[in-house]
Amino acid sequence: MSLIIKNLHARVVGGQTILNGLNLEIEKGRIHAVMGPNGSGKSTLSKVIAGHPDYEVTAGDILMDGKSILGMEPDARSRAGLFLAFQYPMEIPGVSNANFIRAALSARLAEGEELEATEYYADLYEQMDRLEIPRNFTSRSVNDGFSGGEKKRNEVLQMAMLKPTYAILDETDSGLDIDALKIVSAGVNALRSPDFGALVITHYQRLLDYITPDYVHVLVGGKIVHSGGPELALELESKGYDWIREEMAEPALA
Amino acid sequence: MSSEVISQLDIDRTRGDFHYPESHAFDAGVGLNHATIDYIANVKSEPDWIREFRHKALDVFLSKPMPTNWASEDLNNIIFEKIRYYLSNAQHPTRSWEEVPDDVKRTFERLGIPEQERKFLAGVEAQFDSEAVYSNMKKALGDQGVIFVGSTEGLKEHPEIFRKWFGKVIPTGDNKFSALNSAVFSGGSFIYVPPGVKLKHPLQAYFRINAENFGQFERTLIIADEGSEVMYMEGCTAPKFETATLHSAVVELVAMKGAKIQYVTVQNWSANVFNLVTKRAIAHEEAEVKWIDCNIGSRLTMKYPGVVLKGRKARGEVLSIALANNGQHQDTGAKMIHAADETTSNIISKSISIGKGRATYRGLVHIPKHLKGCKNNTECDALLINSNSRTDTYPAITVRGSGNSVQHEASVSQVSAEQIFYMQQRGLSEAQAMSLSVNGFVNDLVREFPMEYSVELKRLIDLEMEGSVG
Ligand SMILES: Nc1ncnc2c1ncn2[C@@H]1O[C@H](COP(=O)(O)OP(=O)(O)O)[C@@H](O)[C@H]1O
Ligand SMILES: [Mg+2]
Repeated sequence: MSLIIKNLHARVVGGQTILNGLNLEIEKGRIHAVMGPNGSGKSTLSKVIAGHPDYEVTAGDILMDGKSILGMEPDARSRAGLFLAFQYPMEIPGVSNANFIRAALSARLAEGEELEATEYYADLYEQMDRLEIPRNFTSRSVNDGFSGGEKKRNEVLQMAMLKPTYAILDETDSGLDIDALKIVSAGVNALRSPDFGALVITHYQRLLDYITPDYVHVLVGGKIVHSGGPELALELESKGYDWIREEMAEPALA
Repeated sequence: MSSEVISQLDIDRTRGDFHYPESHAFDAGVGLNHATIDYIANVKSEPDWIREFRHKALDVFLSKPMPTNWASEDLNNIIFEKIRYYLSNAQHPTRSWEEVPDDVKRTFERLGIPEQERKFLAGVEAQFDSEAVYSNMKKALGDQGVIFVGSTEGLKEHPEIFRKWFGKVIPTGDNKFSALNSAVFSGGSFIYVPPGVKLKHPLQAYFRINAENFGQFERTLIIADEGSEVMYMEGCTAPKFETATLHSAVVELVAMKGAKIQYVTVQNWSANVFNLVTKRAIAHEEAEVKWIDCNIGSRLTMKYPGVVLKGRKARGEVLSIALANNGQHQDTGAKMIHAADETTSNIISKSISIGKGRATYRGLVHIPKHLKGCKNNTECDALLINSNSRTDTYPAITVRGSGNSVQHEASVSQVSAEQIFYMQQRGLSEAQAMSLSVNGFVNDLVREFPMEYSVELKRLIDLEMEGSVG
């Protein structure tokens, strides 16, 4: 069982092509890290998987547990078990965090079923405590006036509440100080299980000290150009991306 | 934009609009002249004074220009000669429940409207079978000296109270549409609450609903005598499936010394209706009048509930929500006329524009120079869902003199495609995402509403959002 990205080509609707034949398989129980220079298409990859209407898939497929999700609306993909922690989470004025998460959970219930309020709050508070989020957070509007770090923590909280099968974390570590990074990483690690697979997009090796990946991939120019184990992240950290670009160029020269 | 809108009144049959051949016992025919007035007065066997009142009002109506200079050009598309000004369903209509379209039935179901009411709303029955409830209530009210009847019965049976206030809060010539209503009104309620009587339960037009009551030109007059309290609920959250395209009501409230009136409206109009309503209250010393007004749907709504704060320490409040979907224009607001010392007023207006929907806030707060200790607070917030939406705010605040305070805040916020996508990524459908944003936006205001109305309003918003996404 896995999330398979097969020869994915995608472009901005009616515009520039960003993903050029990208292949990746995220098995349940595994964590894959994706690194790559700015503008290489990391966020686009995450949004295409989530079904963002700005992009169209021109070739290839995305399969979740054997089933193509390309024809599914973003909300159906979510309910099927896909979660995206956004690089830039949206603010939703007037909608409290507690109501938002409750609505998201309720959307997963069958018609006529209702969320049990006491259980819901028990779970919410437990997850908030784990992420060291204060109680008054529940009545604040979603991300409204939040600091960058608070927004990222909120993404992880929502993930913990929705319990996805596959999660994509797009630079969730950016903008976090070291303490917050530890807390957020612990939040992600708490979800690690044989039933959970994740794609962690990051610029920094330091995140991978806390969330140890099974694999590390390098994304350049809209495709995966290099894959390896956790040690690859260290290599990238010390050497940058240029050596990979050179490596890529070699076969063409030969 | 208005040129895109259908220019004929009676051909727009979009979602929620439907019509059938109906048989009416009395029908004044199309067009409006003095013969129409006589027809109405005859059918209703009205006293001469009211017949004369109607005739004079017609002359005023005919002499007044359309207020297109400040309002919408779309008003020019009302073809007065094509409208029926009086229809009475004295008999049961001929349409059957089977003829009601399925989507309409589903809407009723979704709204949780009781079986019997559905039939009425769909025009299958002319009368609610709520006689039992009504007569119980009528007896309880009667014991307290409360009068709660239709406007026709009110003017015939209680002329001593009715005549004293009728047309005094909103004179015939106030505007073209108040003149029209004064000429052809039928339906609406007449309520009198004696001194000191505090009604625990709201009065709802509901219980004495009949076809006429849901008419185009309702006329409501409520008098709360000294120290009394009453809450009135108008309309109903079910969409009204109208064949009539012009709705023009007049509502007059009088709160005597220390009295309290709350007037709650939640209306959901089909997209072909011009809803042009005049609502005003007079608040005497230490009286309180609160208008709660929610307008959903219609082609064009123009409505600015007002309070004339006539006595010392009188208080007026308008809390309104307007939702303009594609092709709709909500031109709403409030008027507060301070006419005594230490009077206070509060206006909170929230508008939501979706797609090409357009919402306009128009406010008037008047505090003359010689008054002392007057206060007004005005807040208008607009929410735009998608970039085509349009919102305008025209607050007119005239405060002269220094002993008074006025506070005004306005905000415009957007629900962007990115916000919708964010919510969808969490599992909410596009419609649910929009509903959540809209409910979040109106939430603090809705908390002030009577419980059952806030629940219904939420359901209505959900339905409206479902309809607005393909
Ligand atoms: N909606 C869009 N419209 C136009 N260009 C876009 C859009 N989304 C992404 N791009 C472009 O695609 C490239 C990859 O962007 P992105 O996926 O955000 O990169 P990364 O997350 O790796 O930094 C960039 O050049 C960016 O400007
Ligand atoms: Mg990015």
